[in-house]
Amino acid sequence: MKVAVVQFPGSNCDLDTLWALEQVGLKAELVWHSQDSLEGFAAVVLPGGFSYGDYLRAGALAKFSPVMRAVRQLARQGYPVLGICNGFQVLTEAGLLPGALLANTNLHFTCKEVYVRLERTDLPFTQGYAPGQLLRLPIAHAEGRYYADNQTLQQLEENRQVVFRYAPPPEGPKEGYNPNGALNDIAGIVNQQGNVLGMMPHPERALEETLGSSDGRSLFESLKQALAVVGL
Amino acid sequence: MEETLNPLLKETGIPLEEYREIVRRLGREPNRLELYLFKVMWSEHCGYKNSRPLLKLLPKEGPAVLQGPGENAGVVEVGEGWAVAFKIESHNHPSAVEPFQGAATGVGGIIRDIVAMGARPIALLNSLRFGRLEEARTRYLVQGVVSGIAHYGNAIGVPTVGGEVYFHPDYQDNPLVNAMCVGLLRVEELKRSRASLSRPVYYVGSKTGRDGIGGAAFASEELEEENQSKRPSVQVGDPFLGKLTLELTLEAIRQDLVEGVQDMGAAGLTSSLAELAHKSGLGLELDLDRVPRRESGMNPLELMLSESQERMVLVPRPGKEKDLEALAARWGLDAVAVAHTLSEPVLRVRFQGQVVAEVPTQALAEAPTYLRQAAESPEAQARRNQSLEGLPRPLSPQEALLSLLASPNLCSRAPIYERYDHQVGTNTVLVPGRGDAAILRIKGTQRGIAVKVDANPRYSKLAPRLGAMHALAEATRNVSVVGARPLAYTDGLNCGNPETPQGYFELSETIQGLAQASHALGLPVVSGNVSLYNEGPHYRIPPTPMVGVVGLLPDLARRAEMGFRQPGELIVLIGGLEGHLGGSEYLWVVHGLEAGAPPPLDLAKEARAQTAIRAFIERGWVRTAHDVAEGGLAVALAEMTFPYGLGATVELRSQAPWEVLLFGEAPSRILFTIAPEHLQAVAEALEERGLSYWVLGQVGGDRLTLLLPRERLEWPLEALRAAWEKPLREVLP
Repeated sequence: MKVAVVQFPGSNCDLDTLWALEQVGLKAELVWHSQDSLEGFAAVVLPGGFSYGDYLRAGALAKFSPVMRAVRQLARQGYPVLGICNGFQVLTEAGLLPGALLANTNLHFTCKEVYVRLERTDLPFTQGYAPGQLLRLPIAHAEGRYYADNQTLQQLEENRQVVFRYAPPPEGPKEGYNPNGALNDIAGIVNQQGNVLGMMPHPERALEETLGSSDGRSLFESLKQALAVVGL
Repeated sequence: MEETLNPLLKETGIPLEEYREIVRRLGREPNRLELYLFKVMWSEHCGYKNSRPLLKLLPKEGPAVLQGPGENAGVVEVGEGWAVAFKIESHNHPSAVEPFQGAATGVGGIIRDIVAMGARPIALLNSLRFGRLEEARTRYLVQGVVSGIAHYGNAIGVPTVGGEVYFHPDYQDNPLVNAMCVGLLRVEELKRSRASLSRPVYYVGSKTGRDGIGGAAFASEELEEENQSKRPSVQVGDPFLGKLTLELTLEAIRQDLVEGVQDMGAAGLTSSLAELAHKSGLGLELDLDRVPRRESGMNPLELMLSESQERMVLVPRPGKEKDLEALAARWGLDAVAVAHTLSEPVLRVRFQGQVVAEVPTQALAEAPTYLRQAAESPEAQARRNQSLEGLPRPLSPQEALLSLLASPNLCSRAPIYERYDHQVGTNTVLVPGRGDAAILRIKGTQRGIAVKVDANPRYSKLAPRLGAMHALAEATRNVSVVGARPLAYTDGLNCGNPETPQGYFELSETIQGLAQASHALGLPVVSGNVSLYNEGPHYRIPPTPMVGVVGLLPDLARRAEMGFRQPGELIVLIGGLEGHLGGSEYLWVVHGLEAGAPPPLDLAKEARAQTAIRAFIERGWVRTAHDVAEGGLAVALAEMTFPYGLGATVELRSQAPWEVLLFGEAPSRILFTIAPEHLQAVAEALEERGLSYWVLGQVGGDRLTLLLPRERLEWPLEALRAAWEKPLREVLP
């Protein structure tokens, strides 16, 4: 079974994500945005980029694309769905995850390395990590400030739906680590069923020490393991 | 006759002698449209009228060169079937008028040049020049240009991995924005601007509007107050459409649907089609009625001169026309056969069934060239000869280092590069701020390429020829100190008005300096751009040769960064302890002086120093290396403490005045660190190559300590970092 990487015309991390999946030994294929079926795929990744240019609002148009109908269906059936960066924005716009991603508090695109703490290791995306593990991952976005109303936030916390939280580096200042002003330092959340994950950091950019960090690798390996366990 | 001509010549700005040349080449009077075709094609930007005879001096051949200047970009081979296409291009005047779109379309344009060679763009760099950072207008320009580069590069998904920026009052009215793009291709997929006979020529990409009309000609005029009203000459970029056009073109090449590719950039349809026809040794008939447009009522002149962005010219292989159209439809783009090639070597333009222009392609494509009077400006001479004896010491050495680190020219660039996606593509091995050059890996191999762009306008202002030599020496040195062997370079030559003796002198000296350094370092130029007329009634920019070097790193595991990483490692300096104050950043920051002769440059020694450091890195002895550049030894050492927050203790055993020792500048100097057990081998290797060296001290601690014969200088790293980080952060919070 293989993993779909959705390709919106303005996706630009599509090939990077495909590469990352293949690096851990998963079979993966690009799926064009106009396709309305994900028949035969055991998981889907919405990669980073600028879906349809995102001149209006990140992900605002993508939710209407044919492929998103298929993504919704896959999500409903309990298959793993992962949205990275723009993919996370699309998932919130499409209502597959609660909340919204607003403009960073600094009001500009920010590309740098951040630390995130892992809050859940019982998910198909995170089972290969150690509980509470601190990960060094790159971010690259202009709209990454996670926002939700108080009630939603409270529910997210109560249901343990926050998966990644921005955290201070192990040595260094204990403030100023949240790069975009996200509420509750939220860098990534999962739906209540635990199969739809959205995250702002780019795990596909942190696969090898050659590129500065390999902390993202376990995410793809976890997914591989999860798919293997259920015989997918 | 010439009286009735005057209004037309005035309107087009074509000098009378060129008009006569046009008549001679045509054998008749041109009509208005034809005259405009000549105007844009004979602009410096497209026609290289003043620079071509000089550019002949540059070596263009080398073992790695697959494509030299003359195509959309240069290409060098990097092994295992891979090649790298690269080019730098200016977008100075548009950026002066509208910084955001000017910079954005500069990025878009250079990306299309790379795509036209069949290469997937993998890296962007930029070279920026502004006036004083304290001025409000400079801050506006910096913010606009940086946002424009980020807007386009981030969205189209090409990482911006490196660059450089200088602030100098001579750029106050005329900022420079040069963008460089590097692309990766399989050797067999190399494309050129070619078409065979009787082939349809396709217009692909975005629709044509009235934006950017006459941009190439605008770029070849002096900037004046009234140019603020030339905003319509500035193109508008759409990175989303740029991305679609890029993917469509690369997919068409991968599927082998096209025989030739040409970017539609400066001078739009006119230049792209004239170039394609001329390089193919053919003619071409264009039907303007078929050109996709986004507004109605456009006349032939507007259609021919529009510089609407995100357009390409593709020539399908026979029988592949429908496949190309289907592919374009998938990407939601226009692909229309707007022209076809002819055996008769003319550019024929039809509009509403009529031939509205017909011009021999050679007449258009080969602009006349000029050799002009050259004379050095007396001011530059006077500055160079100014005595630097007996200068006061308003600052202590402790204060001076902090002031230099806080100089806009030396301070941290993080506020700029953090706004650029520098990692998309997952190939960036050495990110900005970590090394003297960026390193990109080639997936599926152990190889990497290193890229760097550089120029020192102060050296060039004081001594244009020597300054250009320094630019190439430093850019190659930066590539060498990360472990890569320089293969070739691209040059972005930004100068003043070549029609003045001073402007021409600076252009001519700059190119001669580059030629001298190219030959000595064995490095060919494979692409480039000239931007002249960076001059106004009250100013002329310093000659600014932005040199973009590409090097090959044979083994990614053997590379060096600039930061101190290992406590206890020894710090070694290749080269002498004492630098020169002429043209130095110290002189500018502390005394507000721009004077004296720039440091002398021994190119043979430069080559030996670079070979030596590459050898040490290749052996695995060196993982930290840094070029000693502007600001001298003390600044270079401070810079090495920043990436990992690791300090050093260094002893400078010389009786020279501390300014000369700490802040004097000199080329061919490289700082690096080694484990003590490698010292003997390193020393022997340096002696064998006839290179002087100093073992300066040791890595470790949270301070930078410099021991002079009669003085101990010490700075906590936080103090150095705070001074260094502040200035640009205030402008780009």
